[in-house]
Amino acid sequence: MFYIARLVLKRLLIGLLLLLAVSALIFAGTEILPGDVAQSILGQSATPEALANLRRDMGLDEPAIVRYFNWLGGIVRGDLGQALTNGADIADSIGKRLFNTLFLASVAAVVAVPFAIFLGLLAVRYRNRWPDKLISGSTLACISLPEFFIGYLLIYFVAVKLGWFPSVATVFDSMSFTERLSAIALPAATLTLVVLAHMMRMTRAAILNVMQSAYIETAELKGLSSLRIIAAHALPNAIAPIANVVMLNLAYLIVGVVVVEVIFVYPGMGQYLVDHVAKRDVPVVQACGLIFASFYIGLNILADIISIVSNPRIRHPR
Amino acid sequence: MFTRIPVSALLGLALTTLFLLVAALAPWIAPYGLAEIVGGVWEPASAKFLLGTDNLGRDLLSRMIHGARTTIFIALMATLLSFSLGSVLGFLAAVIGGWFDQLMSRLVDLLMSIPTLIFALVVLSVLPANLLTLILVMGILDSTRVYRLARAVAVDINVMEFVEAARLRGEGRVWIVFCEILPNALSPLIAELGLRFIFQVLFLSALSFLGLGIQPPDADWGGMVKENKDGIIFGIPAALIPAAAIAVLAISVNLVADWVLNRTTDLKGGRGGD
Repeated sequence: MFYIARLVLKRLLIGLLLLLAVSALIFAGTEILPGDVAQSILGQSATPEALANLRRDMGLDEPAIVRYFNWLGGIVRGDLGQALTNGADIADSIGKRLFNTLFLASVAAVVAVPFAIFLGLLAVRYRNRWPDKLISGSTLACISLPEFFIGYLLIYFVAVKLGWFPSVATVFDSMSFTERLSAIALPAATLTLVVLAHMMRMTRAAILNVMQSAYIETAELKGLSSLRIIAAHALPNAIAPIANVVMLNLAYLIVGVVVVEVIFVYPGMGQYLVDHVAKRDVPVVQACGLIFASFYIGLNILADIISIVSNPRIRHPR
Repeated sequence: MFTRIPVSALLGLALTTLFLLVAALAPWIAPYGLAEIVGGVWEPASAKFLLGTDNLGRDLLSRMIHGARTTIFIALMATLLSFSLGSVLGFLAAVIGGWFDQLMSRLVDLLMSIPTLIFALVVLSVLPANLLTLILVMGILDSTRVYRLARAVAVDINVMEFVEAARLRGEGRVWIVFCEILPNALSPLIAELGLRFIFQVLFLSALSFLGLGIQPPDADWGGMVKENKDGIIFGIPAALIPAAAIAVLAISVNLVADWVLNRTTDLKGGRGGD
């Protein structure tokens, strides 16, 4: 037990260091160009004096390293700074949007994860027969589809032609839970389709990998039914790789959510980030980028921890 | 070699060739100019406009053809950049080893711990919006994946006798990378080439769709989806056409890549069985 705790703790610590490095990278990524925020607020025709004044007010005359630690210190205290475009507090604007994005992503995950694992198991059970070929073929096609193709196909056929769901995912506070679900049905379906293919393919590969080991052959030779082999012998050993697949794909959801939110005009983090990239509002972009990256890294750490905890060889060290 | 090509690969090969031809011959086969306004807004398909017109009354087919050129050209350039950068650095990391390998590999780990699209958005918020920036950002961010593959392949080759022999002959590192490792690492890398190209096509389309890639009046397919997306809710499917083109291109290259991948692994299996 102590051994596992140490491994998990070590993984968490590495994750924290990685997060720190990523925050530095995101900060550095917005410092590539010689021009700065003051220049972009005042425009190209600003006098040097005005620029110098604004820089002093905003603390831009400090060296980059000092500004980085000021920024980081603010984030740790929950202060993400102000948006350049309208002076609004970034943390306030992000709060509700972050909830919306998480809601959308979790609905997609709740649908996609069991479905993908079921399809993966099905493909393994009927390996090299038509269900496997059908599932594998359609996932190959699905992987090649851009998110907006799936999204607009759904809007065109399901929302416009059939009129089942709204084409624009508007949500507001007074909505009940079911109204909310109905509003985000199409974006959630798009996200599900986007990750389903990857997740199913990787689940299939993970289980096949286990199925080729010697103890499965032994179970087959004992004459057990194929269902029992999969459920009692393969699945316990496939949990770690499957958990890994699930987490990796949930991390992939984070990227998909940006495009899907723009397609459905959904008031979430992705839409907010894209809008402010176009407006070159650097503080907002830095804050959003860091939040997206933290979720991504967090899910990856979770995947590692699950595979540590669920691995019998690590659980019972000799 | 071409005796038993599966139907799917043949289809993929044919479609990919078609797309490449259209891209190469765009100015000669497009019926109208790129930014030429020739009709009403969102006219339906007719003999005059085979795919109808777009949100400004430009011929959709002509824009699709020009868009093929832009999309494929930029994706190809970015793929070439990511391949040359990623594979050379990956080979060097394997050959030199030590601190250089450590430094490069940790840097790549760091870059890959941020979702590519998110980091691209962060960088594009300060960089000027032009073609060169776009290709550089796309190429450099994707070279991390090529680096990992190239390094993994080169580490295996690096310990083989012929590399050892070259080293004892006193050949330099550049010779070892280009004359010993590169020819032997080529087949796994080429299989990866198709997949990276698809990724770049999808990545470029996503960026342009978000309004951060190709700027109007130039258009790639992702940008055309953005231009025509408002028609969808009125039941005008103009935006679906470029989106479908991206999907078909990606699927056909995928089919070819899949076939090449199977062939190369078959070859390896065959050798192992001897």
